[in-house]
Amino acid sequence: MFLSGLEPLNISAASNFVNVGERTNVTGSRKFLRLIQEDKYDEALEIARDQVEGGAQILDVNMDEGMLDGKAAMVKFLNLIASEPDIARIPIMIDSSKWEIIEAGLKCVQGKSVVNSISLKGGEDEFKRQANLVRRYGAAVIVMAFDEAGQADTYQRRIEICERSYRILVDELGFPAEDIIFDPNIFPVATGIEEHRRNALEFFEATQWIKENLSGAKVSGGVSNVSFSFRGNQLVREAMHAAFLYHGIQHGMDMGIVNPTMLEVYEEVPKDLLERVEDVLLDRREDSTERLLEFAETVKGSAKSKVKDLSWRETPVEKRIEHALVKGIVDYIEADVEEARPNFDKVLALIEGPLMDGMNVVGGLFGSGKMFLPQVVKSARVMKKAVAYLEPYLEAEKAASSEVQKKGKILLATVKGDVHDIGKNIVGVVLACNNFDIVDLGVMVPLQKIIETAKREEVDVIGLSGLITPSLDEMIEVAKEMERQKLDLPLMIGGATTSRAHTAVKIFPEYSNIVVHVNDASRSVPIAQTLANKKTRADYHQQVKDEYLKLRESYLNRARQKELLSLEEARANRLKLNFSNQEIFTPKSLGRQEPLNFDLKLLRNYIDWTPFFQTWQLHGKYPKILKDEVVGEEATKLFEDAQEMLNKICSENWLEAKGVFGIWPAMRKDLDDIELFEEGKTKAVFQTLRQQSKKAKSAANRALADYIANDQQDYVGCFAVCAGLGIEGKLAEFEANHDDYSAILLKALADRFAEAAAEYLHEKVRCEYWGYASDENFENPDLIAEKYRGIRPAPGYPACPDHLEKTTIFKLLDAESIGMSLTESLAMNPAASVSGYYFAHPEAKYFGLGKIGKDQVEDYAKRRGINTEEAEKWLRPNLNY
Amino acid sequence: MTKEAIFKLLQERVLVLDGAMGTMIQRHKLTEEDYRGKRFANYPHDLKGNNDLLSLSQPEIIKDIHREYLAAGADIIETNTFNSTRVSMADYHMEDLVPEINEAAARLAREAADEFSAKEPNKPRLVAGSMGPTNKTTSLSPDVNNPGFRAIDFDSLAADYKEQAAALIRGGVDILMVETVFDTLNAKAALFAIQELFDELGREYPIMVSGTITDASGRTLSGQTTEAFLTSLSHVPLLSIGLNCALGADQLRPYLSILNRKAPFATSAHPNAGLPNAFGEYDQGPEEMGLLIKEYLDQNLVNIIGGCCGTTPEHIKVIADLVIGRKAREFGVKSMESQA
Repeated sequence: MFLSGLEPLNISAASNFVNVGERTNVTGSRKFLRLIQEDKYDEALEIARDQVEGGAQILDVNMDEGMLDGKAAMVKFLNLIASEPDIARIPIMIDSSKWEIIEAGLKCVQGKSVVNSISLKGGEDEFKRQANLVRRYGAAVIVMAFDEAGQADTYQRRIEICERSYRILVDELGFPAEDIIFDPNIFPVATGIEEHRRNALEFFEATQWIKENLSGAKVSGGVSNVSFSFRGNQLVREAMHAAFLYHGIQHGMDMGIVNPTMLEVYEEVPKDLLERVEDVLLDRREDSTERLLEFAETVKGSAKSKVKDLSWRETPVEKRIEHALVKGIVDYIEADVEEARPNFDKVLALIEGPLMDGMNVVGGLFGSGKMFLPQVVKSARVMKKAVAYLEPYLEAEKAASSEVQKKGKILLATVKGDVHDIGKNIVGVVLACNNFDIVDLGVMVPLQKIIETAKREEVDVIGLSGLITPSLDEMIEVAKEMERQKLDLPLMIGGATTSRAHTAVKIFPEYSNIVVHVNDASRSVPIAQTLANKKTRADYHQQVKDEYLKLRESYLNRARQKELLSLEEARANRLKLNFSNQEIFTPKSLGRQEPLNFDLKLLRNYIDWTPFFQTWQLHGKYPKILKDEVVGEEATKLFEDAQEMLNKICSENWLEAKGVFGIWPAMRKDLDDIELFEEGKTKAVFQTLRQQSKKAKSAANRALADYIANDQQDYVGCFAVCAGLGIEGKLAEFEANHDDYSAILLKALADRFAEAAAEYLHEKVRCEYWGYASDENFENPDLIAEKYRGIRPAPGYPACPDHLEKTTIFKLLDAESIGMSLTESLAMNPAASVSGYYFAHPEAKYFGLGKIGKDQVEDYAKRRGINTEEAEKWLRPNLNY
Repeated sequence: MTKEAIFKLLQERVLVLDGAMGTMIQRHKLTEEDYRGKRFANYPHDLKGNNDLLSLSQPEIIKDIHREYLAAGADIIETNTFNSTRVSMADYHMEDLVPEINEAAARLAREAADEFSAKEPNKPRLVAGSMGPTNKTTSLSPDVNNPGFRAIDFDSLAADYKEQAAALIRGGVDILMVETVFDTLNAKAALFAIQELFDELGREYPIMVSGTITDASGRTLSGQTTEAFLTSLSHVPLLSIGLNCALGADQLRPYLSILNRKAPFATSAHPNAGLPNAFGEYDQGPEEMGLLIKEYLDQNLVNIIGGCCGTTPEHIKVIADLVIGRKAREFGVKSMESQA
């Protein structure tokens, strides 16, 4: 049987007994009834939460009480549960004897719930009608052993009614057998009435028969009925429940309606009590009832007190406040806030201190995908409760001093042309919880209406939202109009397609007041708080301005134009090298070589660790970083985790590292290109770019082509390696476990392996395949320091920022044959890949191209046979115009 | 095409669903006037952005988009009716046009599909009536101070869906597709309505359901995990269950593989063209997306594959080329119970 709340509950033959929480039942809990009658739904929800925390796997909800509007109460309570992810996690059992209440409940639950119950009591037609609807609403069903003649109270009646019901459901209606649960009626025992003596025993026997004869069906029952005659004696009742369940399960009972927080463990029931209880349940002695009654007299009182982890209550008050906010627990927040209040000069400081700190933790967790929205909303509610409690003190402070700030009024709107408002509503909810006044104009709001309302309502902040792309343009229009009308109001931008970059580049320049992008709902609170407060606003304005200007600048990448040499002048100042047989070494292997599979254990020794730490924002050189005063401890932990994962990567073959390379006869062609030959014919041409910045005397304007001779045969090589093959499987596994840490670690290590493969392959090429450095003998630190002869510059990096060269390299090497490919933006796939050229001239050094002029771009476009715009697109970061 | 024939087709090969409608409409850079067309020139409310209305005001544009996807190789095209329910159309004050919009949209798609089926009879083209999530949620309150509040209830949402489904069927769709489900209770209302409608019509049509995992939490907006989502909707004998929107093919894969393992139905996916960039544009190209889809196919994750936001006929062409010669993923043979 498959059920669900927010999470699935799969019950199979192999599953353990399923606890159904019974305290949210007005017929079984006086306290719950009172809370519902007094409209104290908050406290009623706490009972539900208690049940879940106490181990209930399904929550039974029953509102059958004459004085209640049962249907309204059912709908209200189920809707409230849906807003509590801690409770809504588990499936609901909609419990009522009235079909209209059941049906109303079915319309409120998104998961697959259980209807409790239907039966043949009202005849076959009604039974079939209800069963069909249960199916249509997507629920499982409990069928009571009840028919037109009444409730089954013997073994024979029980099995007859259950079989008849099963045949109708399965054979006539096609109801899935695995979605049927029989309740063969648990009746009280030890009542003193002779006919009741076999009540428990016959239930067990009927259970066994059902499990053996009605394939797929499950058995459940309301356990507390059995001890009805011992009301007031918790100890005996719990012992009876424990023993009843024990025997019920032995006979095949799958689930039971119990109070999971007050369930004694069978083995822990005192032996003398257990014996008497079992005598009663199994009808083992004539005098079993008397003996249990006698015993009960002696043990009245003490019952198992409920266990719940409250250890967090022992931490300091500020920690407790944080815990309550993060977990969304409202129970103690008022007491905690009261306890913390004397520690602060001003109540405001308490709000802006521990309470906002707690919310920031929530925001952080949410931002990183560790909390999801309903939880954030719940946390916001705890916040609201705390603030509401503090309100009178805030008022008093306000009377005493004028420093206290009002929270402010915020206008929210989804812009014209866009009908999406869920995100905006969540922001509204979260802000409202934090005591802001919200003016929500809804969706498709024309800019005039936004501005008019803002003026009329004297709001403090305007928040715009949108989900579809064109909304971004509409937001720009709103900003322009606000500017034209000279509004003195900060503007918040949010929604799925918005971003900090877009806000900074496209919206911010249109409005001289504050424009700020709000990344998510929880972040909206601190930002709105700052914006609504005129005092903090000014500072913040400057801060946002600085940040966005910088962002904008770097984004547009329009550094001031430098004075450059013309391409002609730069070429005249090219690097002129000697090319004798000292410099030109004939390679031992020519052409494309067979692809290689690298041994990860070997590559491990070639890893350069410093960039690995940079990935994790730990700065410093390896191995010194491990002893660093500030980050040393974290770096060491990280390094240990990395080693541990490396062991697994190597032993369990998580990744594959492959490479392919080749070396060809080559000559410089004209001044900036390199022509490769095979069998006397042109095989390919590498197009290189030349530095155009003004150089100090004696320094040349380099291009990679300078490293190749133009008047005699020279050689050039290229390579492509990757280490990310097969990474997806593990990543998916980590993602499924929400294990971001391992996922990032693995990706970072794959990158390191790719670099290590490039380093290793370069060494092999120098020493063996090309062979010009067969006597070379460097340790890894020397390799990292690039002490060897020759370079391996990579397209996309400073010496050759032109990504288009990768297409040439990939084609030459048929890199796709080892599973590598290029995206349309010429990124390499898998991500952990390196490709580049090999130059062997002793004077070949890395350099940065820097800015280039339009003359070179036009010349380059012509050489490559593309138009100037396309060339500009690819070289944009290097354009000096 | 009959329900049985469609199930059979799906057992034979992987079917290609079309790509984004909105992205294609955006390419036309339509103005308020364009949206209005002649008929709604004097309509008293703004209409720009009401893409579904274009089936009435600019039918040729919509039909041409269908044709482009069909030409690219789509086996199934979706009607331009994502928002065509009474509750969603209320945003434009066009509730009463709902039956007409759906019927017209279905007809446009039907005609386009039939043109291609006629040309290539061994590749029959199907029309799926798109039924979006609407702009209201039955499981979440828009008001935190009143978490028990609901902006819409099950019955009225079901009534809206029933009206839409009936009009789509009148217009000639082969399949009904409840898609971009972010609140499972909304989808349950849609399925409830559809089944009621089938009872009244005395005929059943295949139903596709496609949910949306909103973010890294791996849950729907209403908080359900992928598996809970599947469980909650498995009471209906669906043609397929799948995932679409919000994520790119890469991010969708782990959740899709859950469905692949657990679902007793055919599976579908129509991911976005990657994640949106800083400007809200989707820039994953056809080839790049194709690589990811190829992995889906290599791992045999899906029976129906297409694209959502940001995908274009170019993307669908790549996908259509990828499925050629692929054997269909087996489905429907495993009972859920046996895997528990």
